[in-house]
Amino acid sequence: MEILKKYPKLFQWLFLLVVFFALCFAIDVPETYKFIRGQAEFIKDPNQSAFVFLGKEVRYYAFDVFWRLPPLLGWLPIWINDSLFFLMNDWMPMEFWNEDTQEYKTRPLVLQITRNLTAFMTFLIELIREILLGGLETIVAFTSWDWIDANPWAELPGLPWTIVAAGSAILAYKLGGKGLAIYALLSMTYISIFGQWKPSMQTLSFILVAAPLSFIFGLGLGVAAFKSKRVEKALYPILLVMQTMPQYAVLVPALVLFGVGDHAAVIITMIVAVPPMILLTLLGLRAVPPEVIEAGRMSGCNNWQLMSKVLIPTARRDILIGVNQVIMVCFSMAVISAFIGAKGLGFNLLLALNQLNIGLALEAGLCISLIAILLDKMSLAWANKQVDYFGNLNFFQRNKNSLFFGVVVIAGILLAYFGSIYFKDGYNYLFEVPHNKGISTAGFWNKGVDWIFDTFFVYIKAFNTWLIVDVLQPMRALYLRMPAIATLVLVVGAGYLIGGIRSALVVCGLTLFIALSPWWDRALVTTYMATFGVLVSCAIGFTVGTLCFQNKHSTNFMLNVCDIFQTFPSFVYLIPVMMLFGITDTSVLIAVIVYATIPATRYTIEGLRSVPAGLHDAATMSGVTKFQRLFKIEFPLAFPHMMLGLNQTIVFALFMVIIGAFIGTEDLGQYILKALSDKKGAGIGLTLGICVAFIGLIFDNLIRTWVGKRKKHLGID
Amino acid sequence: MSEPVIKCQSVYKIFGANAERMLKEANGNVDAKTFQDNGCIVGVNNASFEVSKGEMLVVMGLSGSGKSTLLRCISRLTDATGGKIFIEGQDLLNLNNKELIDLRRNKMGMVFQSFALLPHKTVLENIAFPLQIKGIKTEDSINKAMDMVKLVGLDGRENYFPRELSGGQQQRVGIARSLAVEPDIWFLDEPFSALDPLIRKEMQDEFLRLQEKLQKTIMFITHDFDEALKLADRIAIMKDGIIEQLDTPANIVLKPATEYVRKFTEEVPREKVLLIQDVMDEKTSSDIGDLKVSKDEIIENVAEKILTQEKTVAVTDSKNNVVGSINPAKIINTVFGGRKNNN
Repeated sequence: MEILKKYPKLFQWLFLLVVFFALCFAIDVPETYKFIRGQAEFIKDPNQSAFVFLGKEVRYYAFDVFWRLPPLLGWLPIWINDSLFFLMNDWMPMEFWNEDTQEYKTRPLVLQITRNLTAFMTFLIELIREILLGGLETIVAFTSWDWIDANPWAELPGLPWTIVAAGSAILAYKLGGKGLAIYALLSMTYISIFGQWKPSMQTLSFILVAAPLSFIFGLGLGVAAFKSKRVEKALYPILLVMQTMPQYAVLVPALVLFGVGDHAAVIITMIVAVPPMILLTLLGLRAVPPEVIEAGRMSGCNNWQLMSKVLIPTARRDILIGVNQVIMVCFSMAVISAFIGAKGLGFNLLLALNQLNIGLALEAGLCISLIAILLDKMSLAWANKQVDYFGNLNFFQRNKNSLFFGVVVIAGILLAYFGSIYFKDGYNYLFEVPHNKGISTAGFWNKGVDWIFDTFFVYIKAFNTWLIVDVLQPMRALYLRMPAIATLVLVVGAGYLIGGIRSALVVCGLTLFIALSPWWDRALVTTYMATFGVLVSCAIGFTVGTLCFQNKHSTNFMLNVCDIFQTFPSFVYLIPVMMLFGITDTSVLIAVIVYATIPATRYTIEGLRSVPAGLHDAATMSGVTKFQRLFKIEFPLAFPHMMLGLNQTIVFALFMVIIGAFIGTEDLGQYILKALSDKKGAGIGLTLGICVAFIGLIFDNLIRTWVGKRKKHLGID
Repeated sequence: MSEPVIKCQSVYKIFGANAERMLKEANGNVDAKTFQDNGCIVGVNNASFEVSKGEMLVVMGLSGSGKSTLLRCISRLTDATGGKIFIEGQDLLNLNNKELIDLRRNKMGMVFQSFALLPHKTVLENIAFPLQIKGIKTEDSINKAMDMVKLVGLDGRENYFPRELSGGQQQRVGIARSLAVEPDIWFLDEPFSALDPLIRKEMQDEFLRLQEKLQKTIMFITHDFDEALKLADRIAIMKDGIIEQLDTPANIVLKPATEYVRKFTEEVPREKVLLIQDVMDEKTSSDIGDLKVSKDEIIENVAEKILTQEKTVAVTDSKNNVVGSINPAKIINTVFGGRKNNN
């Protein structure tokens, strides 16, 4: 009892738990309840109840409201869907001039807009793709097929791979010095020799369109939000939801609006990549010291000059970090958007995974990772590069890189020309190594996978069975056993205890949305998988982080490892786990754990690092041992930062769980995947995405509020 | 007397949601406490003063006293909540955006505490920045900026970036930048506060040298009373947004208007501040010795000479006419006596 008096909060938490469990035991599982494997909306069952709202009929299995809430929001996906269709097909029909048929044609406004947008995107992608690979679509766009037939020479030739490789090395040298240049050259050469050139360039062209567009929009919106409170307020909820929204879920509505293909992928990528750019722009602009702004004003800057000459250059670093983020998001989208038909490495990867050809998947994944790391390092080097003074250099010194590139272009063309003489029949390897005609290691990897399977099959299977039967199934059953009311009480109670009435209301709203959607059960499964992943990840991450922190070299090493792992597009993680564990829940969970351990480790190290040096000295002078220092000083002070790591870990885990649907899970992700191939899936996909985002936001809200209070309490920042 | 360059009439700056309404209701009787209870913070409270051409007004106050806010009202980096401000007869608060930018481009220069240099520009480019913003040709602006580099003694470092300079050097760049457009009015917001004491003294001397040469109209903000005494023609001492006293350094030391001002003056070495004319007797006594001192000398500089005299010393003006006298006892009294709490 003394303890309870000493820690009144503890008593409140205990009370909350008691209420929660009491509710769990008091409410029995209804006899008719079973986990519904099919999609409820397609089942017509006399036992179902139904209601009609806004003209949409929602059918569902009714239970006691304490056990499961009725899906009162069930009309929402259908309504979103119908609205989208109405917008696309019936709203505001107008006369538009049609180039091809040379006549006016009636089309709905939105359809016309999206079609023009996609045409523009397609043109951009084709242009870059043809610069890299050659082709005639671009020239056709300016002339016509007839003209091409009359002038057979007119075709963009494409750059020989030697030029692209050397060019990227020169750029890397300029940005990051020798090491990066060597890495660029090696990885480009690898891609070419191993016959992945064409898909790699397709992916690259996709990124070269998506990233700059996202950058421009993100910067523009960031600046607008900086200048106007109203814009910022309008953007804020979108930014928040997009942070925890699985990228998968955005695909579905975009599919309806923009169709299938690279152009749609670019637009979706922009939707996903613009929010972090906005955030970092805003962050950077906010960090500009007020005196610098005043100095600009006193120099007589008007608003435009202030923005372009003072604010943006001063915030340069943060903005370029934003570019880095944009590029990383583009990469992960480049893979995911293969689901809606974007060409390139992602498509090959998906195909190979579908065929269970792990070797091929590994090759494609490796290429994606190589390019991702290259662009990541290049953009980071750019961000951290200081401006240099070059006014005192002469023309050659100033332009030596461009001049060198000019030489490389000529050399590359000559090489390609000699190549065309030397490799008379078949392929000119000095121009482009055709897909699948390079060296392939796929066979080797496949044999390796077979060998692992043959050798370790028994052990892997035993582990698999144990995990599923003894850990996962019971845990899942427990989660599904929770009555909705008990979950609600637990979450809202936690919100109240952590952040007062405001927090309680926010999490209550978020939870209610999920509870009133038709997918509460699925959301529980998603949460259970994420919880399992997060628990293991945190255990590993906190331990590894703490251990590595004991030594400066291992700290840096670990941070670098985290950097590199974070660069891999999330989908790539599925390859090795499928290699080892096949198509099971275990595979998904292990991918989740690996992926989510990165932020857990990173934040642990960063948190421990942020403990002020003065405190270390003070502790040492009071004669603490290493352990005492760790537990009495470093952990308590680093804990808030570590909790932010937990927040990231949850978001990462949720993302991976959703992507894991590709392997086969029975959660929200599975439905999102289904919605992708469903003509009426747009509303469902979007609502599902919002559900996942809300799960993330519930935890996000609780953790952030707690961290904020704790930091205030400790007097950190 | 010609028109004052800067003229403030009952300037108020109040932060908060309904500051303007509250100010109207207060009817010129602003009490910081009542405003605070209503969620408003009083930055500047009824400031009225004039600065004439070529004069240096130093505004002294501790942090939070509203001195920087006052400066920002006069440079219109923030808009004053009430009152009127005239710059060379122009009503500052009625200028539209274009006129304001014109005013800043041609008449005003400002130096900041944290230097506020643009990190992506070299020393030369930083100094040329206001000129280029004004639309002056690159070559001309670079030439002008180069002159400024020489003026503040940074020759040879014009192609350095701010990150490569020491604090003192960075502030020289800040000073050069503020002077590049040859402004009439020069605002300095705690320009030397971020510098080490030794560098600070060096920069103060440098600043006095520049002012001797340029004769700008200056508003100088500082929290350092010694600095204020050293530089100022007149000093305004601020507390809680109110100007407690505005007077010459000598008068502030000799006749502090409020208890608050007096606390500052207690520890001040008077011989360093006061001039002979501040302490001399107007009438000439009979037993005057041979030594003559100018009335504009600082006491410290002539004290030794005077103290070694037996007789009273004659005080002369610039035309060498005797205008008064001073005896050694008076000097001793000034330096050591007449202070409270100084047993």
